[in-house]
This record gives sequence, structure tokens and C-alpha cells, in this order.
Amino acid sequence: MYIYDAFDRRLLAERVVDFRDQVSRRLSGELSEEEFKPLRLMNGVYLQLHAYMLRIAIPYGTLSTLQLRKLAEIARKYDRGYGHFTTRQNIQFHWIKLAELPDAMAELAAVGMHGMQTSGNNVRNITTDQWAGVAPDEIEDPRIWAELIRQHVTLHPEFSFMPRKFKIAVGASHHDRAALRIHDMALRLHRNAAGEAGFEVMVGGGLGRTPYLAQTIKPLLPKRDVLSYVEAVLRTYNQFGRRDNIWKARIKILVHDLGAEAFAKEVEAEWQSIRDGALALEPAMVADIAGRFRYPNYATLDDGPPELAAARRGDRAFDVWLSNCVTNHKMLGYAIATLSLKPEGGTPGDCTAAQMDKLADLADRYSFGEVRVGHEQNLALPHVAQRDLPALWRELGAIGLARTNVNLVSDIISCPGLDYCSLANARSIPIAQEITRRFHDLDRQRNLGRLHINISGCINACGHHHVGHIGILGVEKNGEEFYQITLGGKADENATLGTLIGPAVPYAQVADVVEDIAAAYLDLRDKPNELFIDTVKRVGIEPFRERVYAAR
Amino acid sequence: MTSPLDQKKIKIAGPVVVTANRVGDGAVVYRSPDGGWTTELGGEAIVIDADSARVLAEAAAGDDLHAIGPYIAPLKLLPGGNVRPGNLRELIRRGGPTIELPAPLES
Amino acid sequence: MPLVENGQIVQDRYTYVGDEEPIPERVPVIVPAQRFLAEADALIRRDGSLGVGWPNDRRIGELAPWLGHLALVALKFPKFRDGRAYSQARLLRETYRFRGTLRATGDVLRDQFHFLIRAGFDSFEVKKPADAHAFAEAANRYSVVYQPSADGRTPALRRRVTATATESADAIDTAKR
Repeated sequence: MYIYDAFDRRLLAERVVDFRDQVSRRLSGELSEEEFKPLRLMNGVYLQLHAYMLRIAIPYGTLSTLQLRKLAEIARKYDRGYGHFTTRQNIQFHWIKLAELPDAMAELAAVGMHGMQTSGNNVRNITTDQWAGVAPDEIEDPRIWAELIRQHVTLHPEFSFMPRKFKIAVGASHHDRAALRIHDMALRLHRNAAGEAGFEVMVGGGLGRTPYLAQTIKPLLPKRDVLSYVEAVLRTYNQFGRRDNIWKARIKILVHDLGAEAFAKEVEAEWQSIRDGALALEPAMVADIAGRFRYPNYATLDDGPPELAAARRGDRAFDVWLSNCVTNHKMLGYAIATLSLKPEGGTPGDCTAAQMDKLADLADRYSFGEVRVGHEQNLALPHVAQRDLPALWRELGAIGLARTNVNLVSDIISCPGLDYCSLANARSIPIAQEITRRFHDLDRQRNLGRLHINISGCINACGHHHVGHIGILGVEKNGEEFYQITLGGKADENATLGTLIGPAVPYAQVADVVEDIAAAYLDLRDKPNELFIDTVKRVGIEPFRERVYAAR
Repeated sequence: MTSPLDQKKIKIAGPVVVTANRVGDGAVVYRSPDGGWTTELGGEAIVIDADSARVLAEAAAGDDLHAIGPYIAPLKLLPGGNVRPGNLRELIRRGGPTIELPAPLES
Repeated sequence: MPLVENGQIVQDRYTYVGDEEPIPERVPVIVPAQRFLAEADALIRRDGSLGVGWPNDRRIGELAPWLGHLALVALKFPKFRDGRAYSQARLLRETYRFRGTLRATGDVLRDQFHFLIRAGFDSFEVKKPADAHAFAEAANRYSVVYQPSADGRTPALRRRVTATATESADAIDTAKR
């Protein structure tokens, strides 16, 4: 993970002082709410239905145990003992008091954490694949570039009052685990045929009322030029993005209206005029940032140690966990363990302070003091020695983090919805909870296989429902909660927007509908290991539509 | 449930309150005619005609120091004369999330 | 609306001129963009400092050919949330090398001073008198900046790689502000 230097720490401390002054001027009445609102949003402070909410950035989903323990402390001291991990690798606290915020922020700043630009019309938290730096299929660690860009856009004088929010994701593998194509801008590190490494730059993705997938405007941007190119894109957006209509203000609308080619030309013209200026990255600058990324002192270990094989034979439950939750690591003898935050009947992505503390202890013992947060709202331990997996599994089970439903039907991605959020039209969490109760049987879940359900409580699509295998969108009809169902969405390198299957269904029927869809899949799949999403692709949505609406 | 951000024409179909979020902690509050804000729903906070509602809402809008984003919210009259929030959003604002929170407060 | 320049509240030497009215002789004036473009040849020959007020929804590049004749450009923030003029300001300073007075007008509030200065503004029609009095303090809030901008401050990225024994990153921690 990245270790802050004195410059980073100083900036954070000054930000806290600034915000403390702004809060005090709000409380005294010197600042009206209209004037204060963009300022608090720039620090990640929302007002929700019941209370203020603080959204804390977890850059590229990487947390140290020091930071995780601090989050637990914040949860206990300033909130109600739990936090919520979001679809953008952030964490939210839902019960914060305004007057206590500067103190909470000062405590977070002491461990290099903040809520800067997790809200507002600026560049938001930069996300990567949660396995960045340890996945075997990366060409290099994308987090170094995410950090370079993060610093560049933080308190950027030109881009703090843009038409709308701007979300950037960085990847470094062909297989896209960071949902690149649904971002305003995505940069994917890759090599061309000649072996030269650079970024494929995509712009104009975004969900919400008018969902679009990002388009490639630069196939191979040299690493040296990444900051100047980002600058050129943001400058083009800041000047020409629409400001007359909040629903047409994202860059996806600008790219769509101009056409990707015309947009790319506009960016190119600006970029050519600045690419050799102060933003040209010198190797020493990159090396400096990279040098503050700490990597574990991995031991030299063999793959497949005998302890592991013995444990698999000896305990079926462990074997199941291994198959479901553990993936390959780039280092021999190591593994990545995914920790499901989707308990039966629970709120997707929620984690208690007690769990955080105990997880921090486990991460210190088994993962070199590091934890990851994924956009699927699960956590991961990225550096686990394979021989430690049996012991780790037992300890994870004791704190409720060893559920074997990762990527299965009850591994639901959901926004907080109307239970918390003032933008929502309908609740999402109880929908998720009921689905997890219906599908509680893990054998049944395994039989269904990989099946991603995404739930959003409103058209803002924070649950990313457009790219769910099954997408569920809450709407309001005559004061009642209804839900639109889409099928066939994908968030990976073959990103696809889901298709609506029919009229919205009432709250009480959503779980039944999901059961009908699951039953239809089992009937329609041409072999047991044809994935749900592939069956949908093969047969289309019509058979599913028929099944769901036959009796409705 | 759709965020009631724009209330140009005030049409009262029954009892209503003017509600907002308190500046200090974001808690849900209701406006009383004496110019204060209360977390209690009942009594003087309830108005039953459009003119009173408008007067209350305008006064509330000027009280930026204490409460944010006031608007007129419907109530439902219950048998026996009591009231409760008039739609799901207001019920949730008053009663909190409809789900169990993950952890009781730890000592 | 107080005018702040060089950290102080000052008298405005400039007179704003409308679309139709006669332009006073030999005094500094700020002319609206449309009028300037229509009368540019005459205006640049006029005796007296010339300023132009440019809207935030028009490419600043259109003004570029005339910058050598302008003492001042006034850019607009219709609402402080509308940040188009930040881009215009940086383009004026960094791409077109404008060296005259760059004035921020409109909804100019204290919490934007840091950004405005960094973007290259050096003249501020501040909306609230209290903010004008707090200018110096607000303007100096941040000793670290992450990105190069029109103000020429050295960004952290560069300070790190050019740090000498007398200005290492660690020394920043203990240095007096």
C-alpha cells in the first residue's frame, strides 16, 4: 500500500483545518446551507434521511490494519458501531453529527484517510481491481498510476466545480475486475504487439438515467503522458459539459452528443498543447511514488503445500470455502482470500466495528497487515500463505466472514436505498435480505453457479443494476414500491447493459420473481456448467419473461 | 418517496407538517408555529389548511441556521384522532430504517 | 462589492461599460465581449486601459488574438458552482500567456480563493465584505499543492524529486509555517 509522506500528511492536516473552519462558519450562520453544501460534499459529507453521512475514500480499495482499526474506532465513537462498504471502494458511516465531523476527520487524517472528493462535482475516489498488485494476470500494479492520478486531481483548482461528478478507474489486466467501462474515464494498462506498455483510455461510461458504456478514444497512451491526457479530458469536460440539466451533465452525454471521434479530437488538440509541459511525467517522479508503495516481504514458498491438501481432504466445509472464496496469487505459495460481507438476512456490505477489529488482527497475522475492499462490497485478504489458509478459515468463521457465497446468487450488490438515502424511490436492503433468505441453502446456490444480482433504490444506479446479471431497480408507483427487472448485464471486459424483461413488480413479489428466473435458468441451461449469464445470452430474455409474467 | 424537492403549488388533502433535517445532527424535525423545531410529531406542528402550511413553510425556509431543506409532508389521520406520517418515505424518516441495524451499540 | 487585489481591499480603477453607452475617454474600462469584438479596432487604439468581460460559455481562444492589447480580462462565475472560468483562466495564463490583470467576478466566495489564485486570478470582486477581509488568511491555507497551475507553485511531485538536504520531505514536517 501507499505510505503517505510529509507532503501528503501536511495537505490532509490543512484540509481538516479548512473544513473545521467551514463547519464553524456554518454553525454560526456565516455560511448558508446553499454555500456550505458544495463545501461539505467536497469532504464527503451528505445529508440523508435521518442524519449526515460521511463517505471515506479507500483509494484503490487498499487498507492497512492501522486504518481498519481506526475505521472501527470511528464507527464506535461517532456512529452506531458499523460501517458500510460501497460499490466504489469507499466506506460510509450513516449517523454522523456535523459538529463532530472535524474531530472525526482529524482522527482519520492521522492515519492517512479522508473524505476528500468522495462527493461533489469533482473527481471521485479512483478505483482499481481489488486484487491489484497481487493478481497473476496483471502486467503491473495499476495502483501506482491510480495514486499518481489521485494526487493530481486532489484539490485541483480547475476541476473542483465541474458540471457533475467524474469517476475514474484504472486496470492492468485483460480480464476487467474493476468495471472499467461504466466509468467516466477508465485507463487500462496493456502492451501492444511491439511490447510497449501504455494506457488504453476510455471515456463516457456511466449508469443512471441514460446508461452508456465507455468508448476508447486513445488505444495506447504512453505512461509519461497520463497526467496531461487526464488533464485534457477534464478540461474539455469542464468547459463543454452541460450545466443546464443535472440529468445531462455527465461526460457520457457530451461524448454521446459530440460523438467519440469529435470528442477525442477536441481532447487531442488540448493535449498536444500541454503534453510536453509541466505534466510530463519524469521517471524520477513515478519512481518516487512507486517507492512509497510497500510490498510484503514474501517468503519463498511452494504452491500446494501438504497442509492444504490434508485440510481439503479432512474437512469438506474448508474445501468448499477454498473453492468458492480463494483465488490464485501471483506469488507461488500464496493466495487471495475473499471475505463475504453478505450474510443471510444481512445488509450487503455492512461490517461491524467488532468485525473490523478482529479482521485487522487476522490481517496482521495472515496478510502482512493489509485488507482490500472490492466494488462488489466484499473484502479480501490479499497476501495469505496457502499453508495458513486452514487456520485463517477457522478464525474467519468465528467472526462471520467465511460465508461461501462469493459470486453466487446471495452475493448481492445493493445500494442503501430508501432505508437511508434521500435520493431513493424504494427500499433495496430488505429486497436483498429476502433473496438471501430464499436462497440460503448453499448447495442450491452452488448449483445455480455464478449469478450476480445488483439492486438500486433509484435511477442514480449506485447499485449498478444496469450491469447485473439480474438487475433490480426500485421505482415508485402511486406511493407503492415497485421494481423493474433487467437481465443479461455484465460489468467485465464484455460489459453489457441489461434488458428490461417487463412491467415493474411490487415489493412483495421480487423474491418470487428471482426464484422464477432461477428456476427458468435451471430448465433452460444446456449443461450444468453453462453459466446463468451465458444461458441468458444464448436463449435471450423471452423465455425468462414468459416464466416471470405467466402468472402475473 | 420521490424526493419532494419542488413544491410550487401547495395542495392540502389532509393534515400536513413542515419537516426538515436539523443542522447539528441531521435529525428529522418538525416545525411548530412558534418558530421552533421539534423531533416530536404531534400537536401544534400539524396544520390542516394550505395558507397555514405556506406560512409555516416560508418561515421555515428562512431558518437555515437550524434546519435544512424544509418542505410540506403529508400525514395520515388515524381513527381516534392521532396522526402518523403519510407515506413510506416519511415513515422511514420518522421511524428510522425498516431493517435491523448490524450491531447494537457496544460498550 | 469590495475589490481585492494584492491581498487588500482597493478602489476599482475600472469602469464597467454597457452594450450601448458611450465609452469614457482616457479612463480604464471593461467592455462586454460582444461589443469588444464588434469594435475591437477602434477600442485598441483608444487612449486608456482596456479590459474585456468574457462570458463563461464562450471559448476563451476567441479572445486570444487581442490579448496583447488588453490590460484586464474579467471572467464570470454566475454561480460559484459553475467552474468554467477556472479553465478559461488557466488557458489565458498558461496557453495564451496573458500577463495582464485577471479578474474574478460574480459569485466569488471565500472558499474559492485558494482555487481562484491557483488558476491565475489576481483581482477579485468579492461578494461578501467579510470574505474580503478574510482574504489573506483564506488564500494561504494550503502549503502543499499536488498539481502545477497558473500560480507557478511547485507541486509536491516535483518538490519530492528535487528535495535537497535543506528541504527534504521529512523536514517539511518540522518546518515552521
